[in-house]
Amino acid sequence: MSDANDTRDELIKQLLARVEALEAKAPKDALTLGVMSGDLDYTIASFIIALGAAAYDMEVDMFFTFWATASLRDPKKSAKKNLLDTMFGMMLPRGSKKLPLSKMQMMGMGPVMIRNVMKLHGAKSLEELMKDAADFGVRIHVCTMSMDVMGIKKEELIGYPHMDFVGVGTFVDMFSKSKQCWFM
Amino acid sequence: MTKEELEALTVAKQVDARGTACPGPLLEAKRAIAACPVGGVMEVLSSDEGTKEDVSRWCGKMQHAYLGDIEADGCWRVFMRRTK
Repeated sequence: MSDANDTRDELIKQLLARVEALEAKAPKDALTLGVMSGDLDYTIASFIIALGAAAYDMEVDMFFTFWATASLRDPKKSAKKNLLDTMFGMMLPRGSKKLPLSKMQMMGMGPVMIRNVMKLHGAKSLEELMKDAADFGVRIHVCTMSMDVMGIKKEELIGYPHMDFVGVGTFVDMFSKSKQCWFM
Repeated sequence: MTKEELEALTVAKQVDARGTACPGPLLEAKRAIAACPVGGVMEVLSSDEGTKEDVSRWCGKMQHAYLGDIEADGCWRVFMRRTK
């Protein structure tokens, strides 16, 4: 009888160890969003999805890379740059209010029209969505390589409470631990 | 719950999210739930039809009880009970 008990105890111990190992490996209730697009429509969609997930108590991490880094520029701020970076900076949108549309750009009329139509329908502006994202603890991670390539400096970015500067390794770590990963 | 039962509920917390589009009403609900006592009823007023399904599914995830909705004058009164 005691042999049977020992075997059972050993089996339970092994099972518990396996459950613990599985729990440690299980993905978190989190969403990782890779944002590459610097278009107004894609950026708005990214923030709406991020906020929806935050409302569901999911941890949300947004990785801003390439064109998306320009949407985090603050037009009121400037930074010291070399000639190449200055030229690049002039060609890139200076902040969220200057983002183009992926469709129906119509030489700059498209974004103005879509912003007006969205306002008419009570939809939040991109800037309001960003503020909500800050309130809900959505984290923004900016790709340092993109910043270097685009000549974008930390000093010219918006003041966002949960922002840091990382590389692709951090992005991979974030999405490998989260249940969902999207790339826009 | 029937329309009459929903109308007879004592609402502990009301959120007026009319005039805001998605994801406004859901975010307002999320913000307001903290001010609703556990066991109390929260009512979300919305002019966005999607709110019914959004709040219903959100309640499922957050383990709150979705009670139902009433449509009135192009708006929706969405009722839920905070359970924890």
